[in-house]
Amino acid sequence: MTTQEPSPARKGLFARLRQGLSRSSTALKGGIATIFTHAKLDAAMLDELEDLLITSDIGALTAQTLTARLAKDRFDKEISPQEVRAILSGEIAKILAPIARPLEIDPAHTPYIVLMVGVNGTGKTTTIGKLAQRLKGQGKSVMLAAGDTFRAAAIEQLQIWGTRVGVPVVAGSVGADAAGLAFEAVEKAQSQKMDVLLIDTAGRLQNKAGLMAELEKITRVIRKRDPSGPHAVILVLDATTGQNALSQVEAFKQTADVTGLIMTKLDGTARGGILVALAEKFGLPIHAIGVGEGVDDLQPFDAAAFAEALTGAES
Amino acid sequence: MFDALADRLNNVFRGLRGRGKITEENVGEVMREIRSALLEADVHLDVATEFCKDVQEKAIGAEVINTLKPADVMVKIVHDELAELMGPVDPKIPFVSPGPTVLLMAGLQGSGKTTTCGKMAKMLSERAKRPLMVAADLKRPAAIDQLEVLGSQINVPVYTERGHDNAVKVCRNGIKHAKKNDHDVVILDTAGRLAIDDELMGELEKVAGAVNPQQVYLVLDAMTGQDAVNTAKIFNERLELDGCILTKFDSDTRGGAALSVKRVTGKPIKFIGVGEKLDAIEEFHPQRIAGRILGMGDIVGLVEQAQKHYDEEEAKKLEGKMASGKFGLDDFLLQLKKMK
Ligand SMILES: Nc1nc2c(ncn2[C@@H]2O[C@H](COP(=O)(O)OP(=O)(O)OP(=O)(O)O)[C@@H](O)[C@H]2O)c(=O)[nH]1
Ligand SMILES: [Mg+2]
Repeated sequence: MTTQEPSPARKGLFARLRQGLSRSSTALKGGIATIFTHAKLDAAMLDELEDLLITSDIGALTAQTLTARLAKDRFDKEISPQEVRAILSGEIAKILAPIARPLEIDPAHTPYIVLMVGVNGTGKTTTIGKLAQRLKGQGKSVMLAAGDTFRAAAIEQLQIWGTRVGVPVVAGSVGADAAGLAFEAVEKAQSQKMDVLLIDTAGRLQNKAGLMAELEKITRVIRKRDPSGPHAVILVLDATTGQNALSQVEAFKQTADVTGLIMTKLDGTARGGILVALAEKFGLPIHAIGVGEGVDDLQPFDAAAFAEALTGAES
Repeated sequence: MFDALADRLNNVFRGLRGRGKITEENVGEVMREIRSALLEADVHLDVATEFCKDVQEKAIGAEVINTLKPADVMVKIVHDELAELMGPVDPKIPFVSPGPTVLLMAGLQGSGKTTTCGKMAKMLSERAKRPLMVAADLKRPAAIDQLEVLGSQINVPVYTERGHDNAVKVCRNGIKHAKKNDHDVVILDTAGRLAIDDELMGELEKVAGAVNPQQVYLVLDAMTGQDAVNTAKIFNERLELDGCILTKFDSDTRGGAALSVKRVTGKPIKFIGVGEKLDAIEEFHPQRIAGRILGMGDIVGLVEQAQKHYDEEEAKKLEGKMASGKFGLDDFLLQLKKMK
């Protein structure tokens, strides 16, 4: 996805995202208001603030770092709830802003090969559907590859998305070699001069060495057809995931050379605070967020909006 | 990873120079370590805080103060308390006659409901039942196909209706079909939904109202973070859960969600999913998971493994030590080393 002025339709979606995020941040907002009504910033308040951050899955360590930064200048001084939120939100936005980067499709590569990876059920297949819709809307020719040859009906699922979005799907048979399918798809996308090829893969847990090795093989085989590919490897993370997301990013980065992240299911009550910890630890770009099951429910990642929603700050 | 907490507690006590005992004064720092271990394991903040309060009261008891290995004793207290809170677990399914006995799977998107339906069906057919699966996820693309494929893999029929999106109707008809065809168990697969999606949660309530399931399971991803309490709480309020099934427990998650869910709903985890294959489902053992939440690995499992590797006498000694609380960190490490 590239940045562009939001069309009226997309503004509507953004408003929906804000609504979703603010719904999940009401607890945090209310919490801050009760702590900081009219008082000097003291240790007990900082502890409570830290707790509030922890419930967003930000991780105990990151929560501590953030409250420490707040304490540095403000300790023992009068502070209002609005100020607390604004400072916190600012700190978080500062961490996230450098990595809020949309997926850029480099036209030097045709096709631009994108590999979608992640643990089971995070939203890889759905996100491919949404991405295809977005890219097609930008006038690009898009092809999908049903590289999940393992899970029951995964091929049919991607084919339905292909029909929904109106893009071709390369599919093999169930149980076939995923790397072989990827090879065939790259070949087809090359001969048909596609702008983008989005390759789905089976969900796999990052601690299963055999399955992770299969990902390496897919990458190797893609390179036989295009030594520069895959051009992007996107790890799809589920917003409800807790601290395990750290281990996911670490492992997929190592074996699959992940180049960026997409976080899904931010339309629920989970606030996705782990993104802040991930940003500090790995610094991988966050390309987009998923905010629903519909074809248009993919949004660019907006660091400031995310930080505001996380802290309950208003801009 | 095995002894992360014990190590940290040892450090705390060592820092207290020569007075390595649990006292009113130093227990605070110990509890902070325990709390942060629980948070790292994704136990919900409020649950972790309450838990620590309870443990602290127990720890300041006299027997602890005079012990020689306070860190180990502390870990044991925490471990046992965790196990106790997550129990008791009775995974038995209350079969009714005349049947069919109805099991309902509910949960968020991507939590593993469909696969769990297949695992349950397989487990029950191996126990001489004649299950029928009903494809009531009419939302996700190819969800019906997915259940059908699983059914054919395990030889369990699947009831489907295509071309409409009325989940209540499919479930009702599925049960009629089961009665006519002598199925004694019906497993309902439902669409994933967010707890705050009022309309879809209403649909689930209608399904439950229409078919009166004997067991309603919340299927939850074991890697879930702080949000586990929101989800479990709302699903329990709207559906009266009988228990929870934690999936993807074969990941490297510490699985603190197990404690959170039990604490906020009062409903136990009954089964865990431990792989993608359809026989990868196990009954939940709080004892085994407690060690994992603490980052100590599966202590019970280790002892079992030790039994395989050593003569019985040695294993007995070890068990005796564990039972009397004398199983120390050094014993533990020794066992680990021997096993390698
Ligand atoms: N609410 C919500 N649901 C989502 C979002 N993204 C995906 N989902 C749902 O999550 C479920 C799993 O999505 P899939 O796309 O099948 O996930 P996957 O990673 O391909 O799953 P496997 O291939 O089985 O590992 C589906 O029910 C999707 O509709 C999102 O942003 N919000
Ligand atoms: Mg998929």
